[in-house]
Amino acid sequence: MAARARHVWWRDTHWRSIFAQALVLVALVAFAAWLAHNAADALARRHVASGFGFLDKTAGFSISQTLIDYTEESSYGRAMWVGLWNTLLVSVISIVLSTLIGFLVGIGRLSSNWLVAKLCTVYVETLRNIPLLLQVLFWYFGVLQALPVPRESLALGEWVVLNNRGVSVPEVIFGRGSWLVVAALVLGSAAAFALHRWAQHRQLRTGHRPVTWWAMPLLVLGLPAAATFSLGHPFALSWPELTGFSYEGGLTLSPELAGLTAALSIYTAAYIAEIVRAGLLSVARGQREAAEALGLTRGQSLRLVLIPQAMRVIIPPLASEYLSLTKNSSLAIAIGYPDLVAVFAGTVLNQTGQAIEILSITMGIYLALSLLTSALMNLYNHAHRLEGIG
Amino acid sequence: MTAFRAPPKHHEGPVEWVRVHLFDGVFNSILTLLVVALVAWAVPPLLGWAFFHAQWHGSTREACAAATGACWPYIGARIGQIVYGFYDFDQRWRADIVFAFGAVGLAWLMIPRLPRKGWVGTILLTLYPLVSFILLSGGWFGLPIVSTERWGGLLLTLVVAAVGIVASLPLGVILALGRRSQLPVVRALCIVFIEVWRGVPMITVLFIASSMLPLFLPEGLEFDKLLRALIAIALFNAAYMAEVVRAGLQALPRGQFEGAAALGLGYWRTTLFIVLPQALRTVLPGIVNNMISMFKDTSLVSIIGFFDLLGIIQAGSTDLEWASPNVAVTGYLFAGALYWAFCFSMSRYSAGLEAQLAEGERR
Repeated sequence: MAARARHVWWRDTHWRSIFAQALVLVALVAFAAWLAHNAADALARRHVASGFGFLDKTAGFSISQTLIDYTEESSYGRAMWVGLWNTLLVSVISIVLSTLIGFLVGIGRLSSNWLVAKLCTVYVETLRNIPLLLQVLFWYFGVLQALPVPRESLALGEWVVLNNRGVSVPEVIFGRGSWLVVAALVLGSAAAFALHRWAQHRQLRTGHRPVTWWAMPLLVLGLPAAATFSLGHPFALSWPELTGFSYEGGLTLSPELAGLTAALSIYTAAYIAEIVRAGLLSVARGQREAAEALGLTRGQSLRLVLIPQAMRVIIPPLASEYLSLTKNSSLAIAIGYPDLVAVFAGTVLNQTGQAIEILSITMGIYLALSLLTSALMNLYNHAHRLEGIG
Repeated sequence: MTAFRAPPKHHEGPVEWVRVHLFDGVFNSILTLLVVALVAWAVPPLLGWAFFHAQWHGSTREACAAATGACWPYIGARIGQIVYGFYDFDQRWRADIVFAFGAVGLAWLMIPRLPRKGWVGTILLTLYPLVSFILLSGGWFGLPIVSTERWGGLLLTLVVAAVGIVASLPLGVILALGRRSQLPVVRALCIVFIEVWRGVPMITVLFIASSMLPLFLPEGLEFDKLLRALIAIALFNAAYMAEVVRAGLQALPRGQFEGAAALGLGYWRTTLFIVLPQALRTVLPGIVNNMISMFKDTSLVSIIGFFDLLGIIQAGSTDLEWASPNVAVTGYLFAGALYWAFCFSMSRYSAGLEAQLAEGERR
C-alpha cells in the first residue's frame, strides 16, 4: 500500500482560505492606515480644519433657487439641504417627462406604421449616442440663453412664455378651503378605484361586467367640481404678465432648471424607450395572436394583454434608469443649476476646503438614494415573482 | 358544398406598400399625417440653418455676423484645437502617428478576413500603449516634452476613453470573480467596492481625483492631474464592467464547472481556460455597450478643467473672438456629430457581434 501523502496545513483548503483572507484584510487595513496617516499629515500642513463642525457655520452665499427657507445667514448644513431638494425637484420632473416620452417612443418603435417606427428609431439612435453633458450645454447655452429678452418673449398661446429669463407658466393659487377640493379629488379617485376593483371582481366571478364607465368621470371629476362650486371657486390662476422689463406672476422655471430638465428627460427617454421595446418584445408572440383571435382591438390587446405582462420585465431596468437619471442630474454644475453637487461639493467645498468630509457626505447621500431604490426594487420583484417558476 | 371561390387577391407594388405600412386604418392614417406635418414643420428650418442659410466662407467672426445659420468658418478656424487641443503645433505629427496606428490596429481586428488577430490584439494592448505614451508625452529619444496640460480635443477624449476601456476590463473581471468568490472577506470587499462606485455620480468620483486624492498621498509624491483622473475613471468603470462580466459568469451552465472539476482542474485553471473564455464571449455585446457609455462619459472631464473635445468646443464658444449663439450651436452640432459617429459605429459593431453570437447558439 502506497504511503498516504502527509497532511500539511498549507494543502488544506480550509486553512488556505482563512490564510488568504487574513492576508487580504491585513493588506487592506495597512493601506487604509497609510492613507489616513498621509491625510492627517496633509491636513496639518495645510491648516485645514477637519470634522463636521463646519456644517453649523454661516454659509454667506446666496442660492438662486431655494425650495426651503434659506438666506445668506443660513448654515452650510442648510445649504446642503437646499441642494438636495433641488436635486430631487429636477429628478422628479425629469422622471415624469422621460417616462411619458419613453413609453410613447418605445411603443412607437414597434408600430405597424412605417413612418412612426422609423421616426422613433431615429430619435433613439441619435439621442443615446450623444453625451448627456453636450445635450445639457446645448439646451442651456444654445437654446435657452439664445431666447429673446422678456419684452420680445415667445408665447405659446397665453399659457407658456419663453424668454432668456426662463419659462413661465400659469400658477395655481390655493385659496381658503381649497384643501376640501383636493380631499374631494382624492376621495373621488379612491371611490372610482374601488368601483373598478368591484367590477373586475364581479366580471371574474360571473362573467358579466357591470356597466360603470359613466360613474368614473362623475366620481373623479364631478366630486371636486361640486366642491369647487359649493365653496365658491377657492382656486385662482396667476398668469405671467409683462411688467417693465420682466415677467411677473405665474410660475417661472429658471433657464438652468428648464435646460437641465429638457436634456435629462429627452436623453433618458431614449433609454426608457429601449427598455419598453425590449419588454414588449419579451411577451410571447402567442399572447398577441391569442388577443387578436379573441377579437380585441390593437389598443385593447396592448392595454389588457401586452403591457401588463411586459411591465414585469420593464420595471426593474426602469428603476435603475431613474436612478441613473438622478445621478446624472449632477451635471447641473456645468450650467450652474444649484443641485446637491453644485452647491455642496462645489461652492461649500471651495469655501471650506474640507474635501474629505464634503465628498463623503455627498457620496453617502447618493448611495443612500440608490440603496433605497434597490431595496424597493427587491420588494417589487418579490411581490411580482411568477409562482412555481425558479 | 361551398361554392368555388377565387383565392384572395395578392397585392404588391409601391401603392400597396404605402397602404399597408402608412394608411392601415383611420388611426394609422391620422398618425401618418401628423408625422408628415411634424417633419415638414421641423426639418426644412433645421436643414436651412445647418446648410442653406449657413456661412461657409471667411475666417473671422465678422463673416458670421450677418448669417442666420450655422457658422462653419469657426470650425475651420479651430479644427486644429478641436483635434489636438493645445498640443504644440510642430509636434502634432506625433499624435497623428498614434491615431494612424490605432486606426489600423482596430480595423485589422474588426475585418473578419485578416489573419493573426491574436498577435495584433496583443500588440495593441501592450506595445501600442507604451509607444503612444512615449510619443505623446515625449522626453525620450530626443522628443521634446509636451505636458499633459496641453493635451486636448479629440486626442484627449480618445486617450481617456482608450485608457478607461483597456484598464477597466481586467479590473472588472477581477471584481466579478471576487464577487462570486467562496471567500467571504473577498466577496464582501468586492460587493462594497462595486456598489459604492455604482451608487455615486461619476462627477463626484472626478472631484475625488482632482481635490481629495492629493491629500491621501505622502508629501512630495505628486501624480499628474490627468493620471489621477484616468485612475478614477478606470476604477469607476471597472465597477460597471464587473456587473456585465458577472452576468456572463452567471449565465454559464453548471455543467462547465462540474466538467472542469471532474477533469481535476483547480480554481485558476478552471477560471482561465473554461469559465472566462465562455463568459466573456456571451457578454461581448454588453461590454461594447459599456464602452459606448464610457466614451460618452469622457466628456465629464471638461467639468474638472480638461479641454477634451467638449471642453474645447465649450471654451471656443465663450471665447470673445467668436462668441455668438450661432457659433455655440455650430460647435455643439459638430462635436455631437463626432461623438455620434464614434458611438453609433460601436453600437452597430455590437449589434453585429450579437447577431453573430446568436447564429452560433441557434441549433
